[in-house]
Amino acid sequence: MSDLQRPGADWELQFVIAGCAEKRMPVEIVGSGSKRGIGRPVDGAVTITTASLRGISLYEPNELVMSARAGTPLSQVESELATRGQMLPFEPIDLGPATGAAHGAQTIGGVFATNMSGARRIQCGAARDHLIGVKGVNGRAELFQLGGRVMKNVTGYDVTRGLAGSWGTLAVMTEVTFKVIPWPETAATVIYLGLPDDLAIELLSTALALPVEVSGAIHLQAPVAARLGHPGLRTMGKSVTALRLENFSSAVAGRKQHLKEMLKVYGKALELDHRESLEFWGELRRLSVMPNRPSLLWRISTKPTTAPKLVAAIKRYMPVEVYYDWGGALIWLEVPAADDASTAEIRRVTAIHGGHATLIRAEPAVRAAVEVFQPLDPGLERLTRGLKAAFDPAGILNPGRMYANL
Amino acid sequence: MTLSRMPEPDRTVLDRSETIIGELVALLGADGVISREEGRRAFEADALTAYRQPPLAVALPRTTEDVSKLLKYCRQAGVKVVPRGAGTSLCGGATPTADSIVIGTSRMNSVLETDFVNRTITVQTGITNLAITDAVSAEGFFYAPDPSSQLACTLGGNLAMNSGGAHCLKYGVTTNNVLGLKMVLMDGEIVEINGPYLDSGGYDFMALVIGSEGQFGIITEATLKIIPRMPFARPVMLGFSSCEAAGQCVAAIIGSGIIPVAIEYMDKPAIAVAEAFAKAGYPLDVEALLIVEVEGFEDEIERLLRAITDIALNFDPQVIEASTSTEHSERIWKGRKAAFGAMGRISDYYCMDGTIPLARLPEVLSRIGEICAEKRLKVANVFHAGDGNLHPLILFNANDPDEAIRAEQAGAEILKLCVAVGGCLTGEHGVGIEKRDLMDIQFSPSDLAVQMRIKSIFDPHWLLNPGKVFPLPAQELSEQSAADRAA
Repeated sequence: MSDLQRPGADWELQFVIAGCAEKRMPVEIVGSGSKRGIGRPVDGAVTITTASLRGISLYEPNELVMSARAGTPLSQVESELATRGQMLPFEPIDLGPATGAAHGAQTIGGVFATNMSGARRIQCGAARDHLIGVKGVNGRAELFQLGGRVMKNVTGYDVTRGLAGSWGTLAVMTEVTFKVIPWPETAATVIYLGLPDDLAIELLSTALALPVEVSGAIHLQAPVAARLGHPGLRTMGKSVTALRLENFSSAVAGRKQHLKEMLKVYGKALELDHRESLEFWGELRRLSVMPNRPSLLWRISTKPTTAPKLVAAIKRYMPVEVYYDWGGALIWLEVPAADDASTAEIRRVTAIHGGHATLIRAEPAVRAAVEVFQPLDPGLERLTRGLKAAFDPAGILNPGRMYANL
Repeated sequence: MTLSRMPEPDRTVLDRSETIIGELVALLGADGVISREEGRRAFEADALTAYRQPPLAVALPRTTEDVSKLLKYCRQAGVKVVPRGAGTSLCGGATPTADSIVIGTSRMNSVLETDFVNRTITVQTGITNLAITDAVSAEGFFYAPDPSSQLACTLGGNLAMNSGGAHCLKYGVTTNNVLGLKMVLMDGEIVEINGPYLDSGGYDFMALVIGSEGQFGIITEATLKIIPRMPFARPVMLGFSSCEAAGQCVAAIIGSGIIPVAIEYMDKPAIAVAEAFAKAGYPLDVEALLIVEVEGFEDEIERLLRAITDIALNFDPQVIEASTSTEHSERIWKGRKAAFGAMGRISDYYCMDGTIPLARLPEVLSRIGEICAEKRLKVANVFHAGDGNLHPLILFNANDPDEAIRAEQAGAEILKLCVAVGGCLTGEHGVGIEKRDLMDIQFSPSDLAVQMRIKSIFDPHWLLNPGKVFPLPAQELSEQSAADRAA
């Protein structure tokens, strides 16, 4: 069991990291630990948690901005925002239930450190797009503060966003500042049943090209749709293709009519009202259609038009179950467990069709043995090593978490 | 003006001028290199015209491979490189040094692929900002970032400065609208960062490169997000008797849950100049004018404008005028869009670009007034109010050296004020030469060190866009230590 450190102040964190850097002692960085089962396992002599760095330090609803200490639970951030009718635009996805960790445990720092966004990403942008300021400590034990609390800021390099998605391997964030948006007055969902993947993605692309601001565009293959909570949709035995509209009520009503009119060739649409929509998209946000089980879970970014072909190509090698998000630009792919995580096949197919694949769920021994993140081209690998060395020359922060030997 | 010091030119490079030009011609052909003095003069400055220095030569590549050959040569020969798009930078982002080669992207302006199904466009970076939207508008799409110079400025410059525009309140700035980049590093290596995909994983080099002011490499191609254009957009003009009332009205609109596409603010001097030039029908007796634009379907616009007007009524507006037609909308925008040009007709001006938290607007505007009065200068304020990006225009006579110095001093005071109230030095123009020496007001030594180490990864010998972004002593120190490490 490694030594657990819970710094409660920036200077304490600096002190702990300085000590580890001096002894070249590897450190595992966690928030609540809800994503510990993702990425390559880290063998740290010391574990630092940001859990004691908590609290909302600034909230200006009229300027759509909030700052919170990195260890603040996401649930606290979201409930504080809700008191003023606001929310995080990018609908951070909760990987806990899919990876065997708790539901609703993640910290706001963990959300930005992993750049995990949900369905609304297609309309509003990713977590990294909304991160505007960061305070943190790097592997040199230097405390730094970059970006700020204003949303238009090009003073110096954009290191703030550069830290998003770095999985604690460059620095430990101690405070994050981010943009928020108002909750829309109403949400509605339009659903088409029984479409094969290629037609479904075509439908989603058609909808996303219309000026109606679709804020969720997903397709669940029939076996995946059978895991939905919604009793009507679960028992249909058909695939589910869903589009979300969010706005004030009369705008949603008008846009929904326009959307259905433009999509009528795809068949008759079902509709979910506001309350049902919240439940439906809430389920997807928890990834509850991809429940924790021994099978592997991959996450593949690609072009929407390519996505069904890429999935069909993988299916030639193994059974697949698929949830398409972001209009087809994101594939959640469940395949049977394998000692090599079927890496060779999945990476080869992804390379042929174009895209980036990340292994999200597998046994620790498997994640330690294979490349979890998309392998880097030589040029990017050199830059990646350079960036790591610039922030963490001793290589003590989450070593090996993203790439072996880094 | 009291010019900021530029790095001393490297004598050993100047002595090799003829050889270097010969090598460039061998790489690109004679028509790709400008070496005669009158040709080089055209590249001696960008829109920060106080700084002028013709470069050693100008190279005009046509392809990514040309750029790769050029950078590889410059790296081997130890020649500095200043990348340049259209030269519209207001902060000296493309100012040459005497020992540098300007690499201009003007001949790399093609659209490579439009993909309406996947909603992307891939272009060469010498294309102008407006030409990108022009290439997709027939299909009902647009490219969102819209800096005021969009007719002339290039995508390459927008990427270098992470440019914004009036409509970024809703659609974000450049970095929020790019999917992938092809870029040439200083050693000539061509790297592709992401692609037509979302959130690929791995370090976010795209975030680091966008806004790096041409100091990390030369971006030659980019894949951009295109967005379906809303059917209609219409503004409402709201005039107020005080800047406090206007500022509170902006806060109340945003706090109510409405996100307009743009909220523009002009103070009394700016209104007067814009109106005299554009005859936009602006009220001349108000202290502050807001132009608030919303978009959507007709009935949605009606409802939104009504909601905004209702909110404005709480702040004792002197004028409420909603656009009733396309012509009316164009007239309302014409004044705002012409404001800078109109100002240029009556006086030289120095355009500042700080960002402030909206709640501090009244005190900041009154302090700006005091700062300029102390320096015996007039000032007009134009403000992207929705996102806090302030553009004070300090009026001065460029032929009066003393006045020019006072204008620059007032500008520095204003930017310090922006930082002091919780804002920043630059919201969308970039640091360049202009704000380089103010960086340590906003950043601690370790904040700057974190940034400069990233520069050294991409450009270990500090050859790309020299003399910009960081205070000169800090740059020289980094340059030296990088050279020591390399040795």
